[in-house]
Amino acid sequence: MNRLSAEDVTLAYDQRVIAEQLSVEIPDHSFTVIVGPNACGKSTLLRALSRMLKPSQGRVLLDGQVIQSMPAKKVARTLGLLPQSSIAPDGITVADLVGRGRYPHQGILRQWSAEDERVVEESMRQTGVAELADRYVDELSGGQRQRVWIAMALAQQTPLLLLDEPTTYLDIQHQIDVLDLCAELHETQGRTLVAVLHDLNHAARYATHLIALKAGKVVAEGAPADIVTAELVEEVFHLRCQIIEDPETGTPLVVPAARKARARTAADAS
Amino acid sequence: MKTAPKNGRRPVRGSRALRTPGGLSLRLDVRALVVVALLLVAALAASVVLIGTGDFPIPAGDVVRTLLGDGDPGQEFIVNELRLPRVLVGLLVGASLGLGGALFQSISRNPLGSPDVLGLSQGSTAGALVVIVLMSGSATEVTVGALVGGLATGAAIYLLAWKQGVHGYRLVLVGIGVNAVAVAVNGYLLTKADLVDAARAVVWMTGSLNGRGWEQVWPLTLLCAVLVPLVLANARGLRMMEMGDDLSHALGVRVERVRALLMVAAVLLTAAATAAAGPVAFVALIAPQLARRLTRLPGPNLVPSLCMGATLLVAADWASQRAFGADQLPVGVVTGVVGGLYLLWLLVAERRAGRI
Repeated sequence: MNRLSAEDVTLAYDQRVIAEQLSVEIPDHSFTVIVGPNACGKSTLLRALSRMLKPSQGRVLLDGQVIQSMPAKKVARTLGLLPQSSIAPDGITVADLVGRGRYPHQGILRQWSAEDERVVEESMRQTGVAELADRYVDELSGGQRQRVWIAMALAQQTPLLLLDEPTTYLDIQHQIDVLDLCAELHETQGRTLVAVLHDLNHAARYATHLIALKAGKVVAEGAPADIVTAELVEEVFHLRCQIIEDPETGTPLVVPAARKARARTAADAS
Repeated sequence: MKTAPKNGRRPVRGSRALRTPGGLSLRLDVRALVVVALLLVAALAASVVLIGTGDFPIPAGDVVRTLLGDGDPGQEFIVNELRLPRVLVGLLVGASLGLGGALFQSISRNPLGSPDVLGLSQGSTAGALVVIVLMSGSATEVTVGALVGGLATGAAIYLLAWKQGVHGYRLVLVGIGVNAVAVAVNGYLLTKADLVDAARAVVWMTGSLNGRGWEQVWPLTLLCAVLVPLVLANARGLRMMEMGDDLSHALGVRVERVRALLMVAAVLLTAAATAAAGPVAFVALIAPQLARRLTRLPGPNLVPSLCMGATLLVAADWASQRAFGADQLPVGVVTGVVGGLYLLWLLVAERRAGRI
């Protein structure tokens, strides 16, 4: 049985229902990516998996237990989340921010152990921000800042790590940079990663397991090579396209149909 | 102790860890410790000088001797019965306002989110004015009225700002709205008052330590003895919450619980301080700001803010007595002027730095 799963969950904000009877399994040691059009519920699903949102029906299970019933710090030692918007407090240094990821391992009498210090150094090294340790987070570029946040999440040392659109607002080279970093963490440390991504090509390239959502329902899930087809893209994103082989990685690459070709089919259909 | 870095990087500024073989560890910031120690010394020195100040001046040496129980009987009465309680009330009120202000600013994630701005002071004032103007109540009744007014205002702000949790900007906006209502109510009450009551009300509204005695010291001491440890025990969670609710939740902080608890503590501290000395202007707003600039640490800076508030209030009381003679100028005028100037300086400095 996998460590993290959602069973028949209904997800809603106030009265607005985002998803009903949704079931998802996150395969252990996978790099799972959730894709889908805007407002399909992918971030909401991630919030439910990380206990930010309590399902109005159904349950989210972590290691066989209902996640809401577990002690907050115990969950935080098993499952980490990097939300889309986090605030770096004014005047905080990189090392201090990364160190805050140690919170679930600390207590009032165990505020800063040698282990904390070692893990923070290691997390900064793995994400390539060790030389920025004493810089203020406000001074960093967007790409560097995202690395720092990932370092903070790593310092939490959770076997499961959830990332909500970690590449949003980044330039293309920083997007690839962050995704490479995620892939490396997944390969070398065996952590289970779950990310919400906007870019289907990035998802197909990096994911070992893909979940395609549409209107709160799972349309397809599996290895990108098995499930990414022109039909799926058309069904989920309403986009006519060709799927070719990525010349670099051999993974599926989505090439949207030319504007004229799409206009023609739209005319045919009507 | 922090080990020297291998790759030549300088160690993280000023932060030290004390560790015991048993696995206990404490994280201390050297600069913050020095700031707290200096503020305590300053508060103590200002207290001794303040006790010596008045129509009957007493040299600092005699004050210390008397406080240690070795003075002459005449000085003993003035020091222990008249002036010491006033100074203690000043220290406690300042500490409560400094801590309450730091809590509110951190919870609202807004440097202007202090109890003055959020309407708590005006709420306390409304409570006091109702007692003064409508009931012509005694000093004790005024204190109770102010306390009730402050607590009711705090509860109103919390309930009105609640929508699946209390968020910073909503807290500030609701607070400003509540403040406006309370200001209107207070204005109405003042226009209704006769001349004697109105004068008494205005003196109360300025904030003063005149005539404060042991009967104010004990309840404040008790309240601080309970609330300060409670607040500090939750300070680490509050530090995490500055990074946003989602992230602190993900890190294992029980966000709503910590926030509700700390808000109740902040409202109690502010309401009690205001009930004891009136709405002393600006201390809650500027003490955390000054403390933060001295420690140069991110985070709520709770202990430095507490010490800064105590020091500021006693120093301001001394300045007002020194400049205008005993009991002439209420301390609230001095903190208002100093606070206003500080705020202007802050805004100009921030603008020069291109931050606003």
